[in-house]
Parts: sequence; C-alpha cells; structure tokens
Amino acid sequence: MAFSFRGGIHPPYNKDRTFAKDIEKLPEPEEVVIPLQQHIGAPCTPVVSAGDKVDYGQKIGDCDLSSLSCPVHASVSGTVTAVEPRWHPNGTKVLSVIIKNDFEDRLSPECVPFEGNTEDLTPEEIIRIAREAGIVGMGGAAFPLYAKLKTAIEKKVDVLIINGCECEPFITCDHRAMIEYPRPIVNGIRLIMQCLGLKDAIIAIEDNKPDAVDAMTLTTENTGITVQALPTKYPQGGEKQLIKALTGREIPPGKLPMDMGCAVFNVDTCASLDRKLSRGLPLVRRVVTVSGEAVVNPKNVLVPIGTSYTDLFRFCDGFSTAPYKIINGGPMMGSAQHTLDAPVIKNTSALLAFSGEEESFAENPACIRCGRCVSACPMRLMPNYIYMYAQKGDFEQCMALNVQDCIECGCCSYSCPGRLYLVQAMRMAKSRIPR
Amino acid sequence: MAKKLLVTSSPHLRAGDSTTTVMGDVLIALVPALVVSVVFFGFRALGLCLVSVACCMAFETLFNWIRKKPNTALDLSSAVTGLLLAFCVPVTTPYWMIVIGDFFAIVIVKMLFGGIGKNFLNPALAARAFLFSWPAIMTTFVDPFSSHSLSIFSDPIFQNGVIPENFDATTTATVLSELKNQGQMPESISSLFFGSQAGCLGEVSAAMLLLGGLYLLFRKVISWHIPVSYIGTVALVTFLFPKTGGMFNFQYMLVQILSGGLILGAVFMATDYTTSPITKKGKLIYGVGCGLLTVFLRYFSGYPEGVSYAILLMNVLAFTIDKKTMPKRYGTGGAAEDVG
Repeated sequence: MAFSFRGGIHPPYNKDRTFAKDIEKLPEPEEVVIPLQQHIGAPCTPVVSAGDKVDYGQKIGDCDLSSLSCPVHASVSGTVTAVEPRWHPNGTKVLSVIIKNDFEDRLSPECVPFEGNTEDLTPEEIIRIAREAGIVGMGGAAFPLYAKLKTAIEKKVDVLIINGCECEPFITCDHRAMIEYPRPIVNGIRLIMQCLGLKDAIIAIEDNKPDAVDAMTLTTENTGITVQALPTKYPQGGEKQLIKALTGREIPPGKLPMDMGCAVFNVDTCASLDRKLSRGLPLVRRVVTVSGEAVVNPKNVLVPIGTSYTDLFRFCDGFSTAPYKIINGGPMMGSAQHTLDAPVIKNTSALLAFSGEEESFAENPACIRCGRCVSACPMRLMPNYIYMYAQKGDFEQCMALNVQDCIECGCCSYSCPGRLYLVQAMRMAKSRIPR
Repeated sequence: MAKKLLVTSSPHLRAGDSTTTVMGDVLIALVPALVVSVVFFGFRALGLCLVSVACCMAFETLFNWIRKKPNTALDLSSAVTGLLLAFCVPVTTPYWMIVIGDFFAIVIVKMLFGGIGKNFLNPALAARAFLFSWPAIMTTFVDPFSSHSLSIFSDPIFQNGVIPENFDATTTATVLSELKNQGQMPESISSLFFGSQAGCLGEVSAAMLLLGGLYLLFRKVISWHIPVSYIGTVALVTFLFPKTGGMFNFQYMLVQILSGGLILGAVFMATDYTTSPITKKGKLIYGVGCGLLTVFLRYFSGYPEGVSYAILLMNVLAFTIDKKTMPKRYGTGGAAEDVG
C-alpha cells in the first residue's frame, strides 16, 4: 500500500498557531442566528415562530422524512425574535431562526441520554437517532449522517474510514478533538460499526499530528479500530484520495465511494453521534479554529451553532489589522465571506481572517504551460487545457477533458505560477455542462 | 466595517513561485554558460547577450504599449528569449542582425500569437532559423580565444557575405561540420566538454550547460524527461549507427552529444514550457522525437547541425502529443499511475 495518492501539494500548513491550544468555550452569545439549511438537501421548515420560548437543544426546524434533509436545533435557550432570511456562509440570505439568549440554559426535555445498552440498538434505531440529532458531515460537505448510514447499509459497505486527516492548512479543530475527547469519537465509531455491521474501522490521520495518532491508538485498544498515520500531503483528507491511499480503490466517474464499498466519516461527526446517546444533545455546538494572520489571538473555540463571526472574532481579541479576506473553512476549499454577520454553522471547521500576505495575484494572469497544475491534480485532470476551453466557452471540450471529475481541491490554482483562476474556471465549466 | 472584504473563488493560498521567479531561475541557470562564453569569445559575447536581452524586453514593452495592454516584459520571459537567441549565434554576428532576430522572436513569433504561453514555436529558435537568411554570417565561426580583440562597439565588416582577410580573429569550422564534410574527428573530447570549441556563443560548454540544467532540476523548473530522452536518443542512435567509422563508436557518440548545441537545445530549448508537451509521457515522446530528428538532420540535411530545426519541428506537435497522452481518467483503471 502506498498510503498516498498521485498529485497533491505541500502548502504552508500554519497549524502551529493553534494546534497546541486547548479548546476554549465561547461565552454564551447574546443572540444566535440559526439557518434552516446547514446541510446538503432540502432546507428545513421552521417549527417555531417569533415570540416562542425555546429551550437549549429543542428542535426548531424539520422536514418530512421522505426528503434528504436534517433537522436543526436551538443552540441556546431564549426567545425567538424572528424567523427571517439572514446572511448565510454561502453568501446568500437563507431563512433563519433568530434566538435571543435568556442565559437560563434550560435544557429541552427532548434531550435525554439513552438509558439502555447501546449494543442493543438496531441499525434503524441508530439511523433514526442520527437524524433526530441533526448530525451532518462536519468535515465540510455537511451531508446528513443518517442518509449516509442508510446508503452505506444498502450498498453493503465493507470498509469504514474515519477521517482525521485534517489536511487543510490552519485548521486544528479535529486535531484538538482527537487529543481532548478521543473517547466520544471512539464510541461514535463503534456505533457506526454496529450500524453497518462491521467489525473494524480505520482512523486515518496525517503524520503531522503524532500526538493525535498516539491518543487515538491508546483509546482504540481492543476495539477493532486501527489508526493509520498517512503522509502529510494536501488533499490527503479528500474522500477519493483517502480511499485510494488506504485501500488502493479508485471511485469510477459518477459513482459514490459507497459504490466501491467505502464509507468515510469525519472524526467529529462520530463524536456528535456519541454526544446524542450519552448526553442527549443534538448537534448544537462545534469546535471552530479561529486563525489567520489578521487574528490577534488564534484559538480553537467551542461555539454554539448560529454564533456570528463578529462574536467569535471578538472572543479572539479581534483583528490586528483590517482583514482583507474572511474565510469560512480552510484556505484551500473554504469560501470567502462578504460580511461578518454570517453565523457559524454545522460544517464551519474554521474561520480565518487573512491580512493579504497569504496570496498574490497577477495583473495579467497567463498560462505558461509549465504543467504544474497537471502534476498537482489528484484527479489526473489537465486544468490548464480545461481553463483554455472554458475561457473560450467551449464546454463540450471541457467535458471531454472530464471537468466533472474536479473535486475543487485547489491544488492547480495553488501551484500556478501564472496565477490563473483555474478552480474558478472549473466551477464555471461544471455549472455549464448538462448533468 | 470600513474596509471592504475581498470575495474570490477558493483557494485562498498561492504558492510563492510566479512566472517571474521561474524565468529568473532560467536566467540564473544560463549564467555559467554565459561566463564561459565571455572567457572563450571575449566581451563581444557579453555585448551581444545584453543587447539581445534589452531589445527583446523593449520590443515586448513597445508591443504592449501600442496594443494598450499591461506590460508583460517584467515577467522576464522575453529576457530568456533574448539570452537564448544570443546564445545560438556566432560571436561575429553584427548587432543589427541580432536586433532583427529579437524583433522576429518577440513580435512575430510570440506577441502576435498572443504573448507568453500562446506561441507555437520557440521564439529564440524560430528567430535563429530566420537569421539563417544570412547563412554566411550564421556559419562563420572563430577559434576560442581568437576573438578577444573584436570591438564590442562595432560590427565586423562582411564583404559579399564573407569575412575579409584582415579580420582579427581566426575563422574555423565547427566540430560537426568538419566531421560531416571531412570525416575528421576532433582531437580532444574534454575540450568539447568544457567548451573550448568553435560554435555559437552559448552552445560550446556542455559542462556549464549541464550545471545550469542541474540547477533547473533542483529548482523543479524543468523535469528530467525531455533532456534525458532527447540526449539519450541521440546517444543511442549515434552509438549504434555512426555515419562514419563502423558501429558502436563511443568516440563518435560523444562528439555528437557534446557539439552542435545539443545540450543547450535539450536542456534549455526543448524544455521551453510553451512549446513542449505537459504530460510526462508526452515529454518522453517529444524528447525521443527531437533526438531522432536531430540525428536525421545531422546525417542527411545540408547543414551539419540539426538541433534547432528538430526542436522547431517537434514544437508543432506538442499540442497533439498532449492530447494523445492525457492521463487516464480517475477511476477507470490506470492504478499503476505513479505516486508523486
């Protein structure tokens, strides 16, 4: 086994700002804005309205069971002041529930720890619990956990991979999670194993986190779970790259990893599943790495979902210089934000404030055909040619060059000395081709 | 918030290398060969190089100015073209001629096709081919150390295309033309390696060119594929089938490799990003093609050399080779793909 994949890059990781810092709890915010869409699938419909009193952990948005969706819950107790469209990390306004915190911290009666023996739970029960807890993939994609588990059972998945690679620069939330609460992670993994009827699982961690590897190895003794350290290379944590590195399997175009018998879950997603069972809590908090050149005091922060960026940055002592860019997520795949009013949502792994030193632009981006994008592409595409055709509007040629395989990891743009907007061109081309 | 936030498509990190640093690396890699050239041919060699670099950058600036486009000359790619063009002319080349060459390289071959990355021929080599409109000047070579007294500030006077008797440098034939026309092998292989031979400015010292090539490999500006497959092909064919002196002629092979600008071509010209394939497999095919054409032209064409025309011919195939050697689509087999 090569434990690696073709292509990829070695960007400056910049994790040293936060990787040794304990997770700190954010003081309860005055107000939270909880978008009713924090997942792939249909948005929820609100089940509360302005003026309602809500409890911590109470369900505030849900959807009928037939469609792909995931409920959302109140992350503080208080009063609903409005249900209206508000800024979302995706750059648009999305229907959100705004809750004014009453600081009473009343736990919702819905939130009861599971009393019985977890080993008696059937797969269907675990799937139902995962849905009720509103758990989505916390690594970035925000795909509802229950739906993934369902498909995994249908597709008879035989390899369970737990993703603790955290290959994006700056981000250290999963790293801290593995060190500070390995037990809930392992419990969560065992529940997923139980759900899928598997006896073993692999936790993949990049080898730049030896302490996390140690912590997980120690905690997984006699559980059937193995810990595999992988070479540090971006995008090692990409689903397809991870599966390739661990199993040698490649996912054919248009297929899901689960079609090839592999299911990948983020470490924190597993911990969230355990939190629902052991403490009754749905997914209402998550760890966010606040970092970047412009942040005075970078931290790993435990944040209620719906906390505004402003509150979070204030907790990290604000900005040392006016930020030129705010990024939700990692610098390679995260999205640049236009406002500090947007909230932390279920898949916000990091919030970065850049000062402007991190990237450089060209006045006149030009391809010199150096081929670095081609060697860097983990999906074996030829980004420079796709770019050329996309610029000409020839999307048929883009398709012939398999642009739809692009995972938008950013390796091509990162390595381009001509500073082309390669990923942007790929996105544009992908949006123009018929599905 | 007073300052507006910038919103762009991800990624938000960029590697430090830019076109300017890449081209700067190529210039640095050419310095050893330039130094040797000045040692052997005198300061006129330096004069030609400087004039050529300056003119290329000036033509690009002027072109952009006339077209009202942002000036791209500072990306140094035109400086590389200028230096390479000077490297493949003899030391006796008049300045007016190199200026014409620079004009042809930058304006006709590069800018008219859309500037950097868009030209389908290597500008320096295409300009060299164009300068063969003055064949006598382009094929007048002098002995090393004999041209030191040539004036940097004036041109040698050619009369009816021939250097006059009172010319104060010893004209001579290159190793390859002696080999081709008289079947005469050079006396010392090591002097070829270190550069003490008649030839164009930059092509004489294999040692210094290889040193520059190693620097480019170390800086990951070029990969080994093209130089190795190119030089390897020439070595293999000339070793197995020398034109004179029976088969398996090691001496003959070394002469073919160390003269006629093969190293300059293989390391610096054939690896030109714009006009060579991008895929690894494509680079190997391209290198082998260059090698075969070089030997073919050296054996069967009117000129003793073949490097520049071989590369120019392969230039036009670069795009096609890329198309034919696309990496196998992810997930459709091809698991043997290298981990890199």
